[in-house]
Amino acid sequence: MENTSLAHHLILAGLLFVLGLTGVLMRRNLLVVYMCLELMLAAATLALVAFSRFNRTMDGAVLVFFVITVAAAEVAVGLALIVALFRKRGTVQSDALTTLRD
Amino acid sequence: MPDGLFIFFAALTLGAALLLVLSRNAVTSAMGMILALVGVAADFFLLDAYFLGVLQVLVYAGAVMVLFLFIIMLLDTEDPTGAYPWKTAALGLATFFLLAAGVLWLFHWSGAVSAVKAGATPPELSTNPAEFTTAAKSFGRLLYTKYLLPLEIAGFLLLVALVGVVSLSKDNPESNA
Repeated sequence: MENTSLAHHLILAGLLFVLGLTGVLMRRNLLVVYMCLELMLAAATLALVAFSRFNRTMDGAVLVFFVITVAAAEVAVGLALIVALFRKRGTVQSDALTTLRD
Repeated sequence: MPDGLFIFFAALTLGAALLLVLSRNAVTSAMGMILALVGVAADFFLLDAYFLGVLQVLVYAGAVMVLFLFIIMLLDTEDPTGAYPWKTAALGLATFFLLAAGVLWLFHWSGAVSAVKAGATPPELSTNPAEFTTAAKSFGRLLYTKYLLPLEIAGFLLLVALVGVVSLSKDNPESNA
């Protein structure tokens, strides 16, 4: 840990975020898309903690605390929505859900 | 050259995230997600944020991902065609390479980060609770002083989410279109 600079952590966070975004764009299974969204959130928290550590303030770390709380609530609601969708339509593939387009 | 542990956990995190994005099987994707979150937690540890690392493993890799696995196995989501959609996959990969190049340029070669604040090594840890410390106590101090209102709102948000989930998952015969 003694010789990792801020840039190293930010590059890791950026690559993780980009991977999550790629998953959101190219996957069709809504559950996997949702997990990729969570990955983007985790990448953002990583950048927050890195900035917090290198600037010697606690605020970024406390913000991560709130992000984790909100993400937990969001996952519960989102999964309930996906289950309700599956009950009604019988699928969670995003390309099968085109009612509004047709 | 960065620390060996950092390289190891960064590679683990990125590899697991790759598994999450590319795997056809949703359960394998979830396993990759768990591994990636543990990797992020390990990086929190390397950044001396021990409390957040533990929280990440407990809440994210534990509770949230167990919920995900439950739903994945409950719904039995089988991809009928099995193939990637060509166009969106190409779009996704193009976005990935473009943004990854941008990230590397921005943080590695453009010098923008060192202008913000970047020593080659992190600054010394202080024992002043108002600054960044490893103690969970400094979280509590900030949560109940400066961030008291956000804390209350977060608690209320959890209540709203709870009520919302209950009303969403209730079987409502009238709304069946």
